[in-house]
Amino acid sequence: MEHKLLNGNQAAALAVKLARVQIVCAYPITPQTSLVENIAEMWSRGQFPGEYVSVESEYSALSYLIGAGYAGARTFTATSCQGLAYMHELLHWSAGARLPMVMVNVNRTMGAPWSLETDQLDSLSQRDTGWMQFYCADVQEIIDTVLFAFCLVEEAKIPCMVSYDGFILSHTYEAVKLPTQEQVDAFLPLPPGEPLVAPSRPETIQPVCDWKVMSRAVQSRHREMSALFPFIREMGKRFQQIFERPFSPLEAVDLHEAETVIVAAGAVSQTVKSVLPFLNQNGSRKGLLRLFLFRPLPQQEIAGMLSAAGIKKVVVIDRNLSSGTGGIFAQELRALLQKSSFGGRVYELNLAGGVDLTKEMLARGLAKIENGADAGEEEIIWGVDL
Amino acid sequence: MIETPVGSFTSEELMLSGHNACPGCGAALVVRYLVKEVGQKALIVIPASCWSIISGVVPLRCLETTVLHCPFPAAAAVGAGLKKGLYALGDKKTQVIVLAGDGGTFDIGLQGLSGAAERNEDILFICYDNEAYMNTGMQKSSATPYGSLSTTTPAPRIKSNPKKDILKIIASHRIPYAATATIAFPEDMGYKFRRAMEIEGFRFLHILTPCPQGWGSPVEKTVELSRSAVLTGIFPLLEVENGRSYTLNYVPDNFIPVQEYLKPQKRFSFLKEEDLQVVENEIASTWEELLLQAERNKAASES
Ligand SMILES: Cc1ncc(C[n+]2csc(CCOP(=O)(O)OP(=O)(O)O)c2C)c(N)n1
Ligand SMILES: [Mg+2]
Repeated sequence: MEHKLLNGNQAAALAVKLARVQIVCAYPITPQTSLVENIAEMWSRGQFPGEYVSVESEYSALSYLIGAGYAGARTFTATSCQGLAYMHELLHWSAGARLPMVMVNVNRTMGAPWSLETDQLDSLSQRDTGWMQFYCADVQEIIDTVLFAFCLVEEAKIPCMVSYDGFILSHTYEAVKLPTQEQVDAFLPLPPGEPLVAPSRPETIQPVCDWKVMSRAVQSRHREMSALFPFIREMGKRFQQIFERPFSPLEAVDLHEAETVIVAAGAVSQTVKSVLPFLNQNGSRKGLLRLFLFRPLPQQEIAGMLSAAGIKKVVVIDRNLSSGTGGIFAQELRALLQKSSFGGRVYELNLAGGVDLTKEMLARGLAKIENGADAGEEEIIWGVDL
Repeated sequence: MIETPVGSFTSEELMLSGHNACPGCGAALVVRYLVKEVGQKALIVIPASCWSIISGVVPLRCLETTVLHCPFPAAAAVGAGLKKGLYALGDKKTQVIVLAGDGGTFDIGLQGLSGAAERNEDILFICYDNEAYMNTGMQKSSATPYGSLSTTTPAPRIKSNPKKDILKIIASHRIPYAATATIAFPEDMGYKFRRAMEIEGFRFLHILTPCPQGWGSPVEKTVELSRSAVLTGIFPLLEVENGRSYTLNYVPDNFIPVQEYLKPQKRFSFLKEEDLQVVENEIASTWEELLLQAERNKAASES
C-alpha cells in the first residue's frame, strides 16, 4: 500500500481505475471537472484499462451508462449540482432498471444564483430516486467508498452515489493510503463480463406494465435496499481484512456518556470530531454520530444509538435546506426517532448555501441551544448568523 | 421507377400479430420490414413513443428480438452506450438499432442524437416520422408540416412554420450514411436497411410513416399516402454519404399535384388556396437544391 498526497478528485479517479471500470462517461462541471480530466488523462496515456467517453451532456452520460450497463459493463460517471439535476429522469430509470452503477457527486449549491460553495441539496434532491447514497468525510474515505460501492452495487443491483464536499474535499490534498491492484482485485471481483441482453434471447426490457407489476417492483426495491445494512456491515469487515482499515457505514464518537449528540454528514463531521475535546473541555458531554450511509438509512441502528439513557439533545448539522420545512437530515432524524424511545429534542444547525463552520461558530451555536434557543419562534440555528 | 437494387424480404415474420398498433399504422409496417431484414442480429432501443406501446404490455410482446425501452430523450445515448459496452466486453458483432419517433428525433432527442452522430457512435438510428406526438394524441412536433392541424396547433392557428430538415441536420455531422425511405417503397427501404447495417459508424434513416389516427386519413390509404408523399415531391427519397455525397433515388419528370397527398388527410383541412402555393414553392426550392447538389456530386465524381 502506497502513501500518497491526493485531493478528493484525484483519489476518486484512481479508485475508478483500480476498480477496473470498463465504461466511464461523464460531462465536466465545477468542482467535479478535475476528476473527469484525471480519468481522461490516464485514458489518453493508455494507463486506464477501460473506455472513457466524453459526451455532450450529463443527461447523455447517464443514458450511456444505462446502455453500457445492459451490455454487462462496469460503469462510472461523476457530476455535481446542476449536472446531477439534469440527470434526474435517468436516476429514477437506472434504479428502476436495477442497474449496478457508481456515480460520484461532488456536493455544490444549486443555482440560482450561481455559487461554487459546497451544499448537499444537489444529492439530497435526488434522495428518492432509488440510488444508495454515501457522504464521505475525508479523501481516504473517497477512495474506500468508491471501491466499496462497486462491490455493493453488483451484489444489490442497486446503483450508488458517492458524495463529497466540493472544494473542501474535492480540491484539498490529504495523505492517503492508496490500495494496491492486488488488494482491490481481492476485494472486488473482476467485472462479470456477461451481457444482460442478446438479440437471440428475445425479451422486452422495461415494457409498459400494469399497476400490480409496478407496485411489486417498487416494493421489492424498497425491501431489498432496506435489508442491505447487515450485508454492508459484513462487507465492511471484509474490507477491513483486506485493506487494514475500517469501513463502517455509521460512525459514533464519544456517544456512550453523551448528553448532546451532534449528527452530521460529510466533511463537516470531521470538523465536529476534531473539536469535540474543545467542546467538552468544561465537563459537558457531547458526542458525534456521523451519517455516512444515508440510503439505505440505518434507521434502527441510529434510533438504537440515540435512545441511550443519557441523551437529551440531538443537534443535526445540515448543509442543505428544504425551503418551507428545514434541514433534510434533521427531518429524517425526527422521523426515525419517532419510532424510538428517544425522549429528547432535535435541534437544527443549518449551513445551507456554503457556510464554513469554525469551532467557535459551533460553540456559539451549541451555546444558543443550551440557553434555550428553542423558546424562540425559529427552531433553526443559522450558521450564517453565528 | 426507383433505381435501387431490389431485394426480397423473407417470408418469416419476426413481428407477430396481436401487436398494439392502430389499424393502418405506418410505423408498425416499418418495423415489420426492419426485423425481416435484420433478423436477430440487433438489439432495438426504443424511447417513449407509439412503439413503446406497440411492442406489447407485460407479459405480451410482439417482436421476436430483444427490445430495450428507455426514457424519451435518451435513446441515442442509451443505444451508443449499449454498443460501446458490448464492444468493451468483446462482442463486436451484435448491432444496435435505435427506433425513435419524430419527437424523439427532431425535438427532445435531438441533443443526444447530435452528440452520438458527432462521436460517430456505431449505431443505426431510425426515425419513424408520423409528423406529430402520436403516443400522447397528435400534438405538434417540429416534424409537423406547414399547414397541419394538431391538438396544440388547433384551427384556426394551424402550424405556420415549415418542417425541420432533419436529414440535412444529421447528415451535416458528416456521418457515413444518412437516407430517407417510406413504406410504399419496401424494396428501397429494405435496401437502405441492408446498406445501413453493412456500414460502420453512425447511420441515420428517416422514414415517413402515415398515421391514420393522427392524420385523419382512411386506414386503407396508408401505403397510398406514403407513395403520394414521394410522387408529389414532398418527401424525396435520397441517400447522403459522409454528409456531402447525395444520391437521389427517385427523380420524376413531373410531380403529381400536391392535393393528391393533402386532400385525403383531415389534418390539412384548414389549408387555404394560397397555402397550397406555399407548399408548392417549398417543394420547388427543395428540389432545386437537391438537383444542384446531385449534379455537383456527379460532376465531382466524373472529374
Ligand atoms: C421527458 C418526457 N416528456 C414527455 C413525455 C410524454 N411523451 C411520451 S411519448 C411522447 C410523444 C412521442 O412522440 P414521437 O417521438 O413523435 O413518437 P410517436 O408517439 O409519434 O410514435 C410524449 C410527449 C415523456 N415520456 N417524457
Ligand atoms: Mg411522432
